[in-house]
Amino acid sequence: MSPFARYLTNKVFWYLLAFIAATALNFFLPRLVPGNPVDAIISQMAQGGGASGEALQRVYSTYIAEFGLDRTPLEQFGAYLRNLLRGNLGTSLGNYPASVNSLISSALPWTLALQLPTILLGWLLGNLLGALAAYKGGWVDRGAFLGALAFSSIPYYGLAILLLYGFAVALPWFPTGGAYSFAATPSLTWVFVLDAARHYVLPFSSLLLVVVGGQAIGMRSMAIYELGADYVAYERALGVREGHIVRGIFRNAVLPQITGLALSIGALAGGALITEIVFSYPGLGTVLFNAIRQNDYPVIQAVTLLVTVAVLVANFLVDLTYGLIDPRIRAAQSGGA
Amino acid sequence: MLRALWRSGRFRVSVSLIALLVGVALVGPNLSDANPRFAVGGRYNPPSAGIWLGTDAIGNDVFVQLMHGLGTSLYIGLVAGTVATVIGVVVGTLSGYLGGFLDELLMGLTNVLITVPTIVILVLLSVALQNRSTLLLGVIIGVTSWPWTARAVRAQTSSLKVREHIDIARLSGAGTLRLIGLEILPYMASYVVMAFVLQLSNGVLNEAALSLLGLGPSQSISLGRMLQSALQGEALRVGAYWAILPQTVLLSLIAFSLLLLQSSLDEFFNPRLRRR
Repeated sequence: MSPFARYLTNKVFWYLLAFIAATALNFFLPRLVPGNPVDAIISQMAQGGGASGEALQRVYSTYIAEFGLDRTPLEQFGAYLRNLLRGNLGTSLGNYPASVNSLISSALPWTLALQLPTILLGWLLGNLLGALAAYKGGWVDRGAFLGALAFSSIPYYGLAILLLYGFAVALPWFPTGGAYSFAATPSLTWVFVLDAARHYVLPFSSLLLVVVGGQAIGMRSMAIYELGADYVAYERALGVREGHIVRGIFRNAVLPQITGLALSIGALAGGALITEIVFSYPGLGTVLFNAIRQNDYPVIQAVTLLVTVAVLVANFLVDLTYGLIDPRIRAAQSGGA
Repeated sequence: MLRALWRSGRFRVSVSLIALLVGVALVGPNLSDANPRFAVGGRYNPPSAGIWLGTDAIGNDVFVQLMHGLGTSLYIGLVAGTVATVIGVVVGTLSGYLGGFLDELLMGLTNVLITVPTIVILVLLSVALQNRSTLLLGVIIGVTSWPWTARAVRAQTSSLKVREHIDIARLSGAGTLRLIGLEILPYMASYVVMAFVLQLSNGVLNEAALSLLGLGPSQSISLGRMLQSALQGEALRVGAYWAILPQTVLLSLIAFSLLLLQSSLDEFFNPRLRRR
């Protein structure tokens, strides 16, 4: 087997294992809730007085059948997996009879639109800024470092709240929440796109700034480390052009930063979900929040599963890229997971 | 060593900030016997002479709540940080020192837990545990965040264990636990302290994140719970900045000062990170 194939097999094995563990956690943890989750929901619905006895009975039998609560836990897990494989995430408890699939699919595009560009652009900008700070030194470095440290230490939701207050309330330049105006209906017209863009600015920038800050700090210390390395002094002594040296430093320092990207994706996903709540952005974070409030287990499980799968896939893609460009993996054999 | 550390401006600033925050959290709630859950005014009364930071959505005194919330948040962070660091150090040293099958097993577990997003495990655990005390919440956060520490500690341990003084101790008949405790841990104490500092900040922030999702401590006032109720009460949209900005700033300040402390320690203990 070629070194790259071995590296890949190793990675695939670990990701599959992580996926199985997450699916099992996803299934078994909510079942630790004392008593039968369906009973709890039904009694809550009955207290709320929103549903008639007949409707409750219908909801009740739907869930007992769907969760297979009359069967053994292992059989239930099997049923859960079979449904997952068919792409059926079940029925929402909170928004009966809406299917979880429909709730998720209307929220997913907003979350993707928020997260994908922040990850890619934030990583790129952060690394450029970090490398610049390390290379220039002096006040550029001090300014960039303190700024990056401040932005990367402010929690996602903290920055979101500060931006929301500063640029939507104190200075009413942007809307205070949502992904588009109440009056608008999603369509591909200029009016709607502009409206959506205005709603996008604040949540997007709040996530971007945190990612840029975190990546810049990492890149700065990697680049300072490389700048102090012997090969740089040697190249300088030989009179190698500065541009060439900088390229070498950047290439060496950027490799660990690619791993750093993989590691920050999970945190970013979590942070972005909560940022959505701050801005009432209609993505998965808001769906999760509403589901938690209503003890809507099928929806909670669907969101956590989806976030897990997305993070695992993103991590895998980063690892794949890493394997393709790391000369050590290309040349030699694989390392640990 | 402390005197040398004290020369670092970052270290001085961060330690003073942390001391101030802890001091306020310890003294604050005892300054007056005001009940943080007692309404002293109407919905979102602006700051005034008697009520320094105004009132929240249900008329509670924001300043009094803040004093109690700060302590709760720091306490949850401390529990989470301690739990995570202890598990991380135990798993990391055993895995790194003993090697073999145990190492494979523990590191497999660690890698799986690192890959699954923390927020997912946190949400699932918190949903399963309906009645969450501050202690329980700290433990939940701690048991989800140790893998980072474990992985780093293992790397340190396996590079330390080939040193000569370990062989000498082993030859003189020291047991595994004694060896790890006396010959390995002291050599990475600075590292463990730095990891602990990061875990503290992680714990405080995760509490707030969980609270914002509606999974905060069931009975106590924490900074996260205050943040959540202010957001749900539309404090920002009605312009009641006093009910939402103070806890946001405090949370950011806690995270910033801990990160600053960690970075100053890092520069002190890893001279290669300093410019030549």
